[in-house]
Amino acid sequence: MAKVLIPTALQQYAGGADEIEAPGGTVLAVLSALAERYPELKKHLFGDDGRLRQFVNVYKGTEDTRTLQGLDTPVAADEELTIVPSIAGGTGTIERPTTAGFGIITPERAEAATLDKEEILRYSRHLMLPEVNLEGQKKLKAAKVLCIGAGGLGSPLAMYLAAAGVGTIGIVDFDVVDLTNLQRQILHDTNDVGRSKLQSAKDTIHDINPHVEVVGFEEQFTSENAMEIARPFDIIVDGTDNFPTRYLTNDVSVLLGKPNVYGSIFRFEGQASVFWAEKGPCYRCLYPEPPPPGLVPSCAEGGVLGVLPGIVGCIQAIEAIKLILGIGNPLIGRLLLFNALKMQFRELKLRKDPNCPICGENPTLHALIDYEQFCGIRGEEAPPPPLSESEEITVRELKDRMDRGEPLTVVDVREPYEYAIASIPGTKLIPLGQIEERAGELDPNAEIILHCRSGKRSADALNRLKAKGFHRLKNLKGGILAWSEEIDPSVPQY
Amino acid sequence: MIRVSEAQQEAIRQHGARTFPHECVGVILGDVEDGVKIARELRPLENVHEEGHERRYLVSPQQMLALDQEERRTRRKVLGFYHSHPNHPARPSDYDRDWAWPWYTYIIVSVMDGTPVEMTAWQLEEDRRSFRREEIEGIA
Repeated sequence: MAKVLIPTALQQYAGGADEIEAPGGTVLAVLSALAERYPELKKHLFGDDGRLRQFVNVYKGTEDTRTLQGLDTPVAADEELTIVPSIAGGTGTIERPTTAGFGIITPERAEAATLDKEEILRYSRHLMLPEVNLEGQKKLKAAKVLCIGAGGLGSPLAMYLAAAGVGTIGIVDFDVVDLTNLQRQILHDTNDVGRSKLQSAKDTIHDINPHVEVVGFEEQFTSENAMEIARPFDIIVDGTDNFPTRYLTNDVSVLLGKPNVYGSIFRFEGQASVFWAEKGPCYRCLYPEPPPPGLVPSCAEGGVLGVLPGIVGCIQAIEAIKLILGIGNPLIGRLLLFNALKMQFRELKLRKDPNCPICGENPTLHALIDYEQFCGIRGEEAPPPPLSESEEITVRELKDRMDRGEPLTVVDVREPYEYAIASIPGTKLIPLGQIEERAGELDPNAEIILHCRSGKRSADALNRLKAKGFHRLKNLKGGILAWSEEIDPSVPQY
Repeated sequence: MIRVSEAQQEAIRQHGARTFPHECVGVILGDVEDGVKIARELRPLENVHEEGHERRYLVSPQQMLALDQEERRTRRKVLGFYHSHPNHPARPSDYDRDWAWPWYTYIIVSVMDGTPVEMTAWQLEEDRRSFRREEIEGIA
């Protein structure tokens, strides 16, 4: 017999006892035995559906059985169960914005859309959902969604929006498919390497659903063209990978009064929200200022788990579709955080900032600005610090000198993970961040050749060492990429 | 009926004012004499609700387990709980009812713009469908 401790509130239904012994090998069996003996107790423990009520916790010893095996948690004869009340309450329901009545797609526009026999069959699994049905499917067909970027986030997004029957999908991308894209950008495949991303995206989308009209903008999204590009669309989806374009996308959305379905990814973590200044906060309410240049690495610099944009882009696709259909609770005023390693979703409440420069009470921004300047030029785009010709060495010269057997000090200033991917034989690794404190490992009077991936970081390292009194420094032009191109093609590029 | 001294009532009001615009929550510990609950101690509890502290309170189950153990040790009972309704009248909501337990007294203090106003006490009806008002007897 297991012992069950009864809370004060329920003792009146258990003959006034504060503990009762009951048989059973599991939590459910013990509680059922209890409920059978005290029918009055039963209705407070179990709902009409026979399930344990939400405000009843059952502890075995000091452990919540919900974190064990729930009602199936085994209970030994000498073990003790405690019924622990869940004490909660509050003023009414939490007001969550709903998309109902947003009317992004007017009834007239939805009505004007027509579906042929093939489309009816194609969308049948939507049509049988009461929340979508024929009316909703027509809204989807009438809808125009603009994707900024056809990369990691834009891939699942555009593909699912196309499959779902969104009538017009705009894509802004001027990039060319690169082999390093294929690990995550599933719009493009191996045969597309070297092709325009836009053309590749168009082909993929039409393969999925020929009824979709793809409107392409093979140009950079800039302050000059953004308003004109975005104006005809109902919803803007942010699939950008850099801060200037992200702020631009936000500001265009605010100025045009359109919802901005936001997503971002980094390494193993993602974020998503719906920024719509008319209904809630915008991106600037969350991040008034961009981070200092170079502080937050891009995917190209920091890496990203290939599946991650699949999750975040799909969340963006769902939010866009909910907005179009006017169903459910949108991510307005909420920032969803996803951590792939922990496999955890968290949610932060966002508030509209009354001092927001673009959507606050007294906005100071009424037009688009220079976003490159606003965000500072990112580290990687910064021109390399100027070096004199005598401070540079080509990969060919270096190879010749190595072949002649000259004793050379070659310092690789990249990160250890980069060194693991590819390295030049006989080099010493001192990552750029440590170059000053580890300068003592180097002879200030010796000739030192510095190299990195492309030559930018090593030029930076050269200037830092020069400031420390080193005077025979040389920077390897083009870095290990040039080495791979001109000297040793077996060294992989990355 | 529950007997809550004027000083204790003031402590509930102050707690509600202090946490405004968030909801406060606390436990009422005491004895039952001749069917009358007598509050002996009020103890603020942490509101652990993950979102919407402005409209919700939640006491952690670990805290409740500790209170249960304390009750068995000291024989001083958990008589009920108090919480605040920021910018909302002192009336139990449907959400209060959905989560309510029988027998416990639920004291609600309404805090309007940071100022505590009305205070009421409630007990869940047997059928779980509604609350009945419970009298608060104040003693100096």
